[in-house]
Formats: sequence, C-alpha cells, structure tokens
Amino acid sequence: MSKPQERPSTARRGFLGVAAAAIGGVMLAPGIQLIEIARAAAPVPGAGTAAPGATAANPKVRWGMLIDTNKCAAGCTDCVTACNTENGLPGTTRPTDPQWIRKIEIKQIATGRVSSAPVMCQHCAEPPCVDVCPTGASFKRADGIVLVDRHSCIGCRYCVMACPYKARSFVHEDVVDQKPDVPRGKGCVEGCTLCVHRIDQGNPTTACAEACAKAGHGAILFGDLNDAASEIARRVREIHTTQLRADLKLDPGVRYHGI
Amino acid sequence: MRRIVLAIGLLLVGAVFAADDAGRTPRPVVERAAPGTSCLADPAFMRRNHMDLLKHQRDETVHGGVRGSGHSLKACIDCHASQKTRSVAKAETNFCVSCHSYVAVKIDCFECHTSQPRAVALQGVPK
Repeated sequence: MSKPQERPSTARRGFLGVAAAAIGGVMLAPGIQLIEIARAAAPVPGAGTAAPGATAANPKVRWGMLIDTNKCAAGCTDCVTACNTENGLPGTTRPTDPQWIRKIEIKQIATGRVSSAPVMCQHCAEPPCVDVCPTGASFKRADGIVLVDRHSCIGCRYCVMACPYKARSFVHEDVVDQKPDVPRGKGCVEGCTLCVHRIDQGNPTTACAEACAKAGHGAILFGDLNDAASEIARRVREIHTTQLRADLKLDPGVRYHGI
Repeated sequence: MRRIVLAIGLLLVGAVFAADDAGRTPRPVVERAAPGTSCLADPAFMRRNHMDLLKHQRDETVHGGVRGSGHSLKACIDCHASQKTRSVAKAETNFCVSCHSYVAVKIDCFECHTSQPRAVALQGVPK
C-alpha cells in the first residue's frame, strides 16, 4: 500500500521566495546592486535628441473612438479605403490579405433592425493579445494604443487567436513600397494602430474618421477619452454607448452608439 | 614546443601582412550623401555606432512615440539615398548595401521599411 501523497509544504515555498529575493538583490558593494548596473548601462552618445513630452506617448491620455452606428451608412466603405491608403495596405480581400478595419452589418433577430458599423482593433485597456504574446511584441502604449512591435514579433499568431474582435492580421507575402511612416513586412502580425504616426505628429484625427467626415457621415469620432473637455468625452458622457463584448471586461477604447 | 610557438607566430605575422595588402580585397564603394547635408556625427563614429543609435531610436519611437529625431532610419535615408536609384538598398553600390555586403552582415531593415526617402516614397500617392 502506498503512502498517501504528502501535501506540498508551504514553508519550503516561503524559503525559496526568500532565497530568490536574496539572490536578485545581491549587494555588490554598499549601495550598488546588479540591477542598478544594468539600468545604468552606458547611454548612447547623442541619442534622444527629440524633446520628450511634446510628441511622446502621454500616460494621461486615453485615445479612443466613438462610432455612431445611426450615422454609419450601409454599403459605404470610405473608412476602409482611407485606412488602406494611409497605411499602404493592398486593399484586396482574399482570406490571407491583411485588413485593419472592416465594415460589418448586424441584425437584431427579434426586431429585424439592421445596423452598420466599422470594426477595428478596439484598443482594450486589458488587451488579451498583450497577455498571450510570448515575446512582448504585442504591447499597450502609455496612451492606450495597442500595437505590435514588429522588431520582436515572431509571427506565431497567438494574438490573432486571442483577440475576440478578429482585429489582427498576419502578413503572408512580401511587401514592397511601404509608406515611410508605416513599415510593414512578411511574417509579422499587424492591426489598427489608431494612426499612431499621425497622432505623434500632432494630427488630431485618424484616416478613417477623416474619411467618414469627408463623406458627410461623421460617424467616427476620435479623441482623448480622459480629457473631460474633448468632444469624445462630452459625447460618451451624454449619450448611451456600448463596448463590443463588454462581458469580457476588456474595457475597449472604441465605443459604439446605437447598437 | 618552441617550434610550435614559432610556427603560430609566423602564421600571425603572415595574416597581418595579408590584411594590409590593399590590392587583394575589394573595398566598399560608399556613395556620397546628398550634397549640402551633414551627418549627426563624424563618419568614423557613425560607421561603428550607427546600429546602436538606430536600435535606441527604434524603441523610443515604437514604444514611446518619439518621432522626428535625427537618429531615425527615415532621417538616414533622406540624405543617404543614391541619386541614381533614389534608394539606400536597391543596387549593390547603394549606401547601406555596399558596406553591409562587404562585411557580410545581413540587414533586415528594408524587408519592412522603405529604402527610399520620404519625398520619393510618397510621390504620386494620393493623400
């Protein structure tokens, strides 16, 4: 007869924790720890000439969008076209082609009411794509924009699986003639960047919102959700808005009105 | 033992002389930058450190949103693109490729980044 399995001792676990802390915080000399040496690694001469603050990602900002589905016209794809042009996407719709924004039509089964809306990366506050990324390539910027760092993306497509909004695409083929502001290439996952290159250069809106306004619909409103004085903050305060799949508690930065 | 040391010494001397022989290995032809421009640092520093500057700036830009720095790849390309091909990587003699093929270091930059200056890459594209 075998002995009943012993329960793991929590005392041992405690000891391991203390030991790890002791090793991690080894004092090399009074006041100097290993980690500090790593942090103080020689700065690159002449680097960082751009003034921080003016253009850098600001943690006080939460960029987001409000999509008014009542204003969004069925059949209009100006936002999709504008996104393709802005970011140098092919705009073709084979199953393997990248797509950052798409138009959907949703129908309430009970009433038959049909709404049209664009869907893109929802720029979640708790992005599952970031949680699952094995290399840290998928990340959330300080101002709430969820991006892929293509330099560390290995193309495993775990984030594509994790995203409940189907917002990420994988680039299957060689890319040529990229936009200088939007480098992209084969073997990486990509998705809506909220036109981060435009925002960093001080442009107040995204390509899709601009195109929608130009088409006369004005269904997409882009802005800083944290700035109480901004148009988007005022609108979400005044009207009822919903987040897609709010039950997942991902707190998307893109909100919808009228669905 | 002494003989072995001597042999190794001779080999080393031979290697040094071979490397010094200027005519035996082709030198990279570095195309001149656009006239009227000057680099952020002197060529000797840039040759040795450009990759560190670029990598540092790359992380600043992608994660921090700091754009418009002189250390960005775009800034390099703007001055160093060949007058003929309007690129830094299209022909064997273009700025990046000429040195990198000489030292046999593969560059992946241009699999994602355009190798043409902003003015050229955006030409004819409706805004």
